[in-house]
Amino acid sequence: MKADSDLFEFLLRMGDNTLVLGHRVSEWCGHSPVLEEDIALANVALDLIGQTRMWLDFAGDVEGKGRDADALAFRRDVWDFRNILLVERPNGNFGDTLMRQFLFDAWYHAILSRLAGSSDDRIAAIAAKAVKEAAYHLERSADLVVRLGDGTTESHAKMQAALDDFWPYTGEMFAADTIDTSLTSRGVIPNLAEVRDEWDETVNRVLADATLEIPDGTYQHKGGKQGTHTEHLGHILTEMQFLQRAYPDASW
Amino acid sequence: MSREWPLWEVFIRGQHGLSHRHVGSLHAPDAEMAIRNARDVYTRRNEGVSIWVVKAVDITATSPGEKGPLFEPSNDKIYRHPTFFNIPDEVGAM
Repeated sequence: MKADSDLFEFLLRMGDNTLVLGHRVSEWCGHSPVLEEDIALANVALDLIGQTRMWLDFAGDVEGKGRDADALAFRRDVWDFRNILLVERPNGNFGDTLMRQFLFDAWYHAILSRLAGSSDDRIAAIAAKAVKEAAYHLERSADLVVRLGDGTTESHAKMQAALDDFWPYTGEMFAADTIDTSLTSRGVIPNLAEVRDEWDETVNRVLADATLEIPDGTYQHKGGKQGTHTEHLGHILTEMQFLQRAYPDASW
Repeated sequence: MSREWPLWEVFIRGQHGLSHRHVGSLHAPDAEMAIRNARDVYTRRNEGVSIWVVKAVDITATSPGEKGPLFEPSNDKIYRHPTFFNIPDEVGAM
C-alpha cells in the first residue's frame, strides 16, 4: 500500500510544533523568574514532548520506513521540519515566552478539540488525550497574559511589544494548503477556518481583558509548514540533536 | 510593603474519602495562582484529587515553648486510648 503522504505531512506538522515549542520552553528550566513558574513551565514542556512522541510515532508508522519518533526528532535536518515559524521564535523575556505560548495554546486547543472527532481513530485518540493538557496550558497562559498585560506600566509595555512581535507569525496556523484541504475533505482534520473562528474569539477576549491592542499590520510570515524555516531552527537542532549526531544510537 | 509574594500552605486530598494533608508551601500573588502553582508543584505524580491553599499568615500555631503544659499532661493517661475493650469479631475493621 502506498504511504499516505498527506497524513504523514500533517502528523509531522503536529509533532514538530510540539517538539520545537517543547524544546524552546524547556530552555527556561532553571532560569524562570520564580521557582513555581520554573516548575510550571517545565511541566508544559514535558507535556508537549510527551505529545510529540504520540504524533511522531504515528507519523513514522504512516511513512512505513521504520522510523520512530526518536529517528524523526533527532535524524532530520531543518528543511524536513514542518513546524510553524511561531514556535521556533526565540524565547525573549518571560512575557514574550508567555505571549507566544498563549497564541499557540489558543490554536492548539481549538484544533485538538476538533481532531478528537477525526475520521482517523488514532488521531482522535491522541487528540482526546492531548486536549486535556492543552486546556490547562491555555488556562494558565491566558491568565498570565491578562495579569501581565493588565498589570504595571512596565509589564503592559512588555506584553504589548511581545504581541506586536509575534502577531505576524500567527496567520500560518490557519493558512490551509492542498494537504490541509485534502485532509479536511476526508474528515481527518477540521476546516482551519473554523479553528480560526474559535481562536479569534479566544484571543480577542483575552487580549481585551489584558488591555492589549491587536496590531494593525496584515503581513503574515509563512513557510514553516512546508519546510522553509528561519535561522533559529538550525540553532535549536544543533543543541537538541547533538548527542544523536555525535554518538549515533548511544544508549545508557 | 514587601515585594515578595505571600507564602501559602498547600493541602492535598490523596483520594476520595481521605482528608486533606499538608504537603508543603509555595509563593503566589493570590489564591487562584496558588492553586495553579500547587497543581504544578505538588500533583505532578498523580498525588491528588483536591487542593486547598491557605495563606501561611492565616494559620495560628501552637508555640514550641508551650509543649509542656499543652501536651505532657496526656502522656500518662493511657486509659484515654480505647485499647482496653474487646471488640467482637462481627464488628469488623474499626
